[in-house]
Amino acid sequence: MSEAPNLFAQQAKNRRQTAAWIAFFVLFFAWLGFGGDVALYFGSIDEYGRAHYTVPWMGIVVFIIASLVAWNSWSRGPKRILWSTGAVELTTPRTTEEKQLLNVVEEMAIAAGLPRPKVYLVSDPDPNAFATGHGPETATIAVTSGLVQTLNREELQAVVGHEMAHIRNLDVRLMTMIAALVGVIVVLSDGMGRMFRGGGGRGLGALLGGRGKKGGGGGAIMLVVLVLWLITLLLAPLISRLMAMAISRNREYLADATSVQLTRNPAALAAALQKIEAAETPTTSIRGGAAHLCIADPLGRTANLREGRLADLFGTHPPMVKRITILRGMAYQQAKTAAPGA
Amino acid sequence: MFPFILVVVVIVIWVVVAYNGLIALKNQTVNAWKQIDVQLKRRHDLIPNLVSTVKGSMEFEKETLQAVIDARSKAMSGGGGVRDTVAAEGALTGALGKLFVVMEQYPDLKSSQNVRDLQEELSSTENKIAFARQLYNDVATSYNTKQQQFPTNLVAGLAKAQIAELWEIEDQAERAVPQVDLSLKPKPQA
Repeated sequence: MSEAPNLFAQQAKNRRQTAAWIAFFVLFFAWLGFGGDVALYFGSIDEYGRAHYTVPWMGIVVFIIASLVAWNSWSRGPKRILWSTGAVELTTPRTTEEKQLLNVVEEMAIAAGLPRPKVYLVSDPDPNAFATGHGPETATIAVTSGLVQTLNREELQAVVGHEMAHIRNLDVRLMTMIAALVGVIVVLSDGMGRMFRGGGGRGLGALLGGRGKKGGGGGAIMLVVLVLWLITLLLAPLISRLMAMAISRNREYLADATSVQLTRNPAALAAALQKIEAAETPTTSIRGGAAHLCIADPLGRTANLREGRLADLFGTHPPMVKRITILRGMAYQQAKTAAPGA
Repeated sequence: MFPFILVVVVIVIWVVVAYNGLIALKNQTVNAWKQIDVQLKRRHDLIPNLVSTVKGSMEFEKETLQAVIDARSKAMSGGGGVRDTVAAEGALTGALGKLFVVMEQYPDLKSSQNVRDLQEELSSTENKIAFARQLYNDVATSYNTKQQQFPTNLVAGLAKAQIAELWEIEDQAERAVPQVDLSLKPKPQA
């Protein structure tokens, strides 16, 4: 299969990116923690050139808290997302439609050569679907009841294939990791900003200001470090969020392509996307936290409609029209190569 | 002396990696084949159920039903080779397809919940077989390519690698594009 090398390349890329994100995260918190310590260290140098602040308490505390919070949201993240959407696991199908859904997931798992993921149902009339988990063995696929009702069997299969692609390409693991890390960055920089502005900050400021005036060369370095430190504190949440969105957007085209590789039916996915887009109401039960995991943006943001610089920054999904056009092209190619042989 | 040892070490490491890669692919191929087997067995188990459900309402279609039953028993008694299995299961797929088409003409069958569930089960099993076959062919192709490519072909003998046979659709009826009759002429009952 000519697609096979692409798949392994994508898996390797995702593994590299997961590692890069962890490295970025570690460096960022080293800076957030120890940067403050550096400022304090230079601020505490007295007129005799001796530093009074020698143990980097801030760095140590920030590091421990960040690691604990990150680990917690990594290990509990998928469960929490499912809980927040009110999804219920589908174990014993009652209707033919539910049985069909379980069958379709199993079919796609076989096509992808993976164990069958758990299936969850979100009771919401808007058609949408997402996948979450830590890896192919513990993954979950959740679909809304609206999706099961709106799509026919082939279209449902194409959508499930798209989610299975996210699982097989290790997108799901990367996304869970990014969600955990971005969450910690937002929470901690918010918390530290508040501490800086609040009562604790005043004491800290007084300490820095008081010492800084007396210290000769230390004062200037302290000021530069402090300014840089504050800028990163303010920009980090925004930057990390934008990076996460960019990654999520790129994965969608590839997941569409992998879905076609599994089902060999591009027309069905195009039809499914069109039906999902036609349902105008936003998916109310899926909140912002899980938006980047869905097959289509549940919030119905206009930023996803255009391809442009602004949309490139703020959309979690590529424009639906473009995705459908690409799939139609694949369907045309398929029909063209199949026809002359008959 | 030192460069010589280095070259030997590098070669040994490469042989180990290439050997293990081939063994991993071989096991994947065997495993993918087993996945097909699981689904084929499932289909064999479902057919008696289907036959007994539709038998009453399909008095006129004895031949179609008998063809399914014969194809099933032939597929179940067949040997384990790729070629035999492919031929027997291909015949069964064809017979089942004919039965499904005929079933469409019986409205009371289509409306029965039991039959609809069974039909969903069977068409899902058909799909699972197709997807398992697709996966097997993909894995087997990458296994075959790996053991033929230079320089991995040098350790292919060591790993006892053999070309895995692909599951190709041999049945001409299955390969042929179905002819759709769009003229609204009344159909002669076959």
